[in-house]
This record gives sequence, C-alpha cells and structure tokens, in this order.
Amino acid sequence: MNEAAMMETPDAIDYMELDTIIETEYGLSRENLIMILQAIQKRYNYLPKPALTYLATKISLPMSQIYGVATFYSTFSLEPRGRNIISVCLGTACHVRGGAKIHEKLENMFQITDGQTTADHRFTLESVRCIGCCSLGPVIKINEDMHSRIQTDALEKILAQYE
Amino acid sequence: MKIQSLEDLNAIRRTYAKQIYAPEGIRINIGMASCGIAAGARAALNRAQEAFRGNATIQIRQTGCIGFCEQEPLVEILAADKPRIMYKKIQEDKIVEVIEGYLAGDFKTHKKWILGQMKDPRSLLEDEIENPLAAIRPVDGIPFMEEAPFYSAQIKVAMRNCGYIDPDRIEEYFARKGYVAFLQALKKNNPQEIIETIKASGLRGRGGGGFPTGIKWATCAKHHGNRYIICNADEGDPGAYMDRSVLEGDPHSVIEGMLIAALGIGSSQGYIYVRNEYPLAVKRLVTAIKQAKSYGLLGENIAGTDFSFNINISTGAGAFVCGESTALMASLEGKVGRPRAKYVHTVEKGFRESPSNLNNVETYANVPAIMLKGADWYTSMGTARSKGTKVFSLVGKINNTGLVEVPMGISLRDIIFKIGGGIPKKKKFKAVQTGGPSGGCIPEQFLDLPVDFDELAKVGSIMGSGGMIVMDQDTCMVDLARYFVDFLKDESCGQCNPCREGLKQMLKILTDICQGNGKEGDIELLEEIGAMMQKFSLCGLGTSAPNPVLTSILYFRDEYEAHIQDKKCPAGVCKPLFHYEIDADACTGCGVCAKKCPQGAVSGEKKKAHSIDQGKCIKCGICYEGCKFDAIRIC
Repeated sequence: MNEAAMMETPDAIDYMELDTIIETEYGLSRENLIMILQAIQKRYNYLPKPALTYLATKISLPMSQIYGVATFYSTFSLEPRGRNIISVCLGTACHVRGGAKIHEKLENMFQITDGQTTADHRFTLESVRCIGCCSLGPVIKINEDMHSRIQTDALEKILAQYE
Repeated sequence: MKIQSLEDLNAIRRTYAKQIYAPEGIRINIGMASCGIAAGARAALNRAQEAFRGNATIQIRQTGCIGFCEQEPLVEILAADKPRIMYKKIQEDKIVEVIEGYLAGDFKTHKKWILGQMKDPRSLLEDEIENPLAAIRPVDGIPFMEEAPFYSAQIKVAMRNCGYIDPDRIEEYFARKGYVAFLQALKKNNPQEIIETIKASGLRGRGGGGFPTGIKWATCAKHHGNRYIICNADEGDPGAYMDRSVLEGDPHSVIEGMLIAALGIGSSQGYIYVRNEYPLAVKRLVTAIKQAKSYGLLGENIAGTDFSFNINISTGAGAFVCGESTALMASLEGKVGRPRAKYVHTVEKGFRESPSNLNNVETYANVPAIMLKGADWYTSMGTARSKGTKVFSLVGKINNTGLVEVPMGISLRDIIFKIGGGIPKKKKFKAVQTGGPSGGCIPEQFLDLPVDFDELAKVGSIMGSGGMIVMDQDTCMVDLARYFVDFLKDESCGQCNPCREGLKQMLKILTDICQGNGKEGDIELLEEIGAMMQKFSLCGLGTSAPNPVLTSILYFRDEYEAHIQDKKCPAGVCKPLFHYEIDADACTGCGVCAKKCPQGAVSGEKKKAHSIDQGKCIKCGICYEGCKFDAIRIC
C-alpha cells in the first residue's frame, strides 16, 4: 500500500491529536471550521478523509458542509501533497515580469501540471495570485521560503536545496 | 504593567523615544517585512548578529517596510550625535563591512551602497513633543532621503511608523505617540465626538469602495445588539500589498484604530480577517495583541474604565471574493465565502446577524492620526471629495517599485514619473492599471488626472485598494484583459449567473482573440456581456469584473482590432500573432542574440547582419530583450 492510500485508512489518524486541535485549540466551534481545517492540513499536509469524517461528528456538522468549505477555498487539498510545496506567484506584477515562464518551466521539469504532485512526492506545484512581494517579481515560495527575482535558469539550483 | 493613564504612557514613551532616535551605541534597523526577507534581509540580520554577538553597544532591530522595495534589503544605521544613514541592497556579504564602516565614521568607502541620510525621522504625529532631532548630526555629501524624488512628494499617515520601529515591540509604537489618541478618547468618553471627528475628516474606505467611514460608524452605532468591529485584511488584489506592509510594519496602528472605532460605535469584540498567504502579518498581529493585552490596552476594563475590547484573528483560506464584506463575514462564521445581496446592510445585520462595522487595514491605520491631529488637519490634504492620503503600490514596468503614500489629488503623472522614476529601459509608457482586477486601464491622455475616488471612476477605473500596475509598450492590452478575466473566473464564487457565465464566455472570446481566432463582432459581444454583468451581478466582484475588458476596449480598441482583423499582436505578447525579425540596417552583427538564443535559431557572420530561422524560433523574446541596438523587430 502506498503512502497516500495508507492515509485514507482511519488507523493512520491520531485522534487524540485531532481532539487537541478541535477541542482545546478551537473550542469545538463550527465558526472555527476554516481554521480547524488549516490546522489539520498543516499536520497531514492535506485533508485526509477519515479526519474530516471525525471532525464532522465532533462538531455536529454535515460532511457535505465540510466538503463545501474544503473545496471552496483554494488552500485546501483533498489529496496528499508533496514534501515541499512550490507556490509560483502569478499575480499581476509577477505576470508582467514573466511568472508564467517560471511556472511553465517547472511544469516541464517535473512533467506535472498545476496542482499536481511529483511521483516521488518530493514537490507539489501550485500557483498563487499574489503573495504581496510585487517589487521582487517573479517570486516563488517553497514551503515558507521566498525566492525573489527568479530566472528560469536559476531554478535547478534552488530546487536542489529541498529534499 | 497595566497602563492606567496618559502619564503612564508618556513615561514609557520617553524611555523608548531615546532608544529609537538617539540610542547609546549604534542601532541598526533592518527592513524585515516579507519583501525584505525575500530579498535576503533575514540572512543579513543573522550575519550581523553573529558578527557582533556580545557587543552591547550594537542593537540590531527588525523594522517594517519603509516602502522603497526596489532597493531592498534596506539597512539603516543611527546613533546619538551621528548621521542616520540608509544603506541599500545590503545582502549578508555586505552587512558587516557596512556596520564597521559606520562605526569608523567612514561614509565614503561605501558611498555607492548609501541610499541617503534622514533629516527628520519623526512621524507627523510627533511635531509638538520634545525634539529628538538634536541628536542627529547630518554629514556632508550624502543626499537627504526627504529630498529624493521618491520621498519628497510623500506624506506618511497610514504608514507613519513602517520602517521606523520594531513591530514586535509595542513600546516603540508608544515612542511614536501610539495609543495616545485612544487613551485621550477613552478618558473623554464621548462616542458621539469620535464619530463626528471621523465624519468631519472626510475619511473614505481605503479598501476600494470609498464609502465615508464616519457615516458607516454612525449607522452601525444606531443599530442595537452585540456590535462587532471587523478589520478586512484579506488583501486579495494582485499587485497591492499596502495592507500587508502596514500589518507587518506597524500592527498597533490598526489595533488602535479598531479600539477607537469600538469606543465610538460601542463594541466589545473585534475580528481581524487576514489572508492566509500573509503568515508574517499574522505572526506580528498575534504578538501585537498579546503585548497590548499585557499593558491592559486590550481586554477587560481597559485603563481602569468600564470599556472592554478584545480582538480575535481569523485567517482566510485563499478566496478573493472574501474581500467582499458579506462574503468575509460568512467566512468568519466558518462558512463558504459567498456574498449575499445587501438589501439589509452589514452595519445592521452582518457577522452573526449582528450590527458589524467593517473597515480596511489602511482605514483603521489612519484613525489614530486623525483623532490626534484633528479633522481640519486631515481635510487640509486632498481634493474636494477625497481627503487625506492614500497608499499606492507602484509595481510593474516602473523604475522605483515600492509603496508610496501621497496626498489625494496628486496627478498620476507625478506618481509614475516623479516618484516612480518612469519606465525602465527608456521604453514608452502605455497604461496604468488601477484598482486591481476590478479596476481599469488608464491611458497616457489621462495621466494628468488627479488621484481621487470620483475622478478615477469617471474614466472607467476605480481607486480600489491602491494597486498601480504600470505597463509599457511591451504589454499587450488584450492579453492583460484576458489575464484579469482568467483570474476573476477562478475566483468567482459561482453563485449568480451574470458573473459566473459572463466571465466564462468573456474568457473564451478573449482567449480566441489572443490565439488568432478572433472574429468580427467579438468586441461588440464583449461590450454587451460586460454591460450585462455590471447591471445584474450580485456583488461588487461581478459588477466590477468587466472593467479591465471594457476600459481596454475603450482606450485600446485598435489593439483588439489588430488582433482580430490583421491577426497581429502589436506588443509582441500573443505568440501565434507575431514573429521576430532582425532589421539588417540596424544590426551590427555583435552576436549577442545568437549567443543567447536557447534554440540556436539566430545565425550570421560576425559584424554582419544576422537572421532568425523562424522554424526554430520559440518566440521567447530573449534576443529582443538582449539587443542593445533595437535591431530586433516585432512583426
């Protein structure tokens, strides 16, 4: 069984930890749904189905509503993502300065399209619309690190830093 | 310590004013907003800390963004009785050398790394207090920052502390007269007066709508129930980052603004809704709220009165539409962020069906300044119907990229050419896009237009949140319109037909035009769809979505026609619609293009005109950008 499929089995989830997130940190409040989902995603890198089912019972919210929120907001992923998340900024300023070329080059390098993950789970490629570093475009963010004024030929060296 | 009175605050203020203006030893301010960090400020800070570890005379501090993003990382060094010097582009390899140079009193060796020196670092709130300038000794031969074109036309109200204080230290905010306005208002305990002052100041919503803030406050105060004070920090417009900058550089100005709003309107609970894409802003807000609580400026019975106020932070999850007030409130409730029709306004029934006052980050940041200096001072800046200052993010094809805060009424030309330093590489200005994806493109003939909510609306654009994207001759207006529509189509919540289907159809038509499949009647169809969306969409996203298309048709119809009729893209962006050729008369045969071409498509003998093999060319534009003799033509 591969890593991704394993996550989908209820045993892979640490329910005690989920309780801490849902009860202690967010007081079982439905109003905090978005932030609870963010916390779960931070822990598992995506939103595993068993965790959502558990959350639904815990805060007495139909699964359909949780699914609605999870699919409406672009930060959430219902599929496992890579160990490193590359976000290419395609905001206007980066667009004008060639952000799309960077994105295209990464798609070609990994042979994946936007939103997909490499087969070895090393990278997930995403596009974002503006991370507010418009003066330094084109910008890419890998996990929490910003890389500014990127040239396509500098990509390989940058990516080598991430295992 | 809990602050009980203005005297308590003043005592702290004096101590820290010394630290930020005339420290013993030297103080190094490193611009550590997201943009600074991206440019390498963190590495520089670490290197400096390592090199001077254990040296008690050197304080190394992080500050927010002073606005000159093009020159980052920015490092400012100051000391009592010494000049206050701003160094530019200081990466980790330069920082130690720069500090040592300053310590030795040598301002010549690193002159090319100096941006300028500061004449007067005080904020405009401070002019009546004890003068800390006595300690500054300017040095000859270094230009003053205040006199540089980038700074001279600016007046910093909302951004008054960004770049001057450590945002993680509330005491430094106190030092620049922070929380004075709030404590004064608290002691006076006259909510009506607060609202009247804001009304009289003419402050209008800085998030884009431009609704008069005072009227909003007054209406909200009239409705009964648990009122909420909400701060919209869901800065979604690509190309606008002033809210991020204020939150990262001066979070307390926003908290103080919200406190004053809470006093005026009568509320005990506030929310700040921040974009998830701004992790540093969230971090700094969390710290700021904690510190304000520890001084008793947030929480129960503030400064010994019966006024209580708390602020919670809520993070968004990546939805542009959540910048719309009703969608934002739905999102705050943990729901899908879909707007609702505003038959009943949010000031009456908003968050949790209660009266809710929502303002933008920059609006709140203006409030303490207005309360301290008075409505008359604020109305002395600006035009008849747009008062005060506005922060713009000047980005795109412009020399001095950065954040600028200017009085309303200044002309677009002054912002772009005087402050912004014009277009790089001597290219020709084509248009400026204001207001983000909901705004419009303003062409050269309107550059003398004063910046004002109503004037911008007259030419089909909007002020919006203040993004200003400058475009030169190499930007294709059809492609840009397509880009915005593509963005908005992704971000439309899908609830109402005009927006959801209108954007989808517009994108299809625009994509066809960009690929050379445009047909007669497309322009008229775009205009028809646009007019329909403006009339019938549910929320502001839909009604303003056609703006980029409609304004670009209005001012650049010839470009659309060139795409459709001649199958040409005059700017050389839409790949199927142009090719590069080398002008044999202008080509000197220097060979740069042949060397740079990744496809090996350029060939020719040395010192003789080269040519491009169209079969091999992928139109990447590297040769076009690289040619120093303008010999490569877009055909």
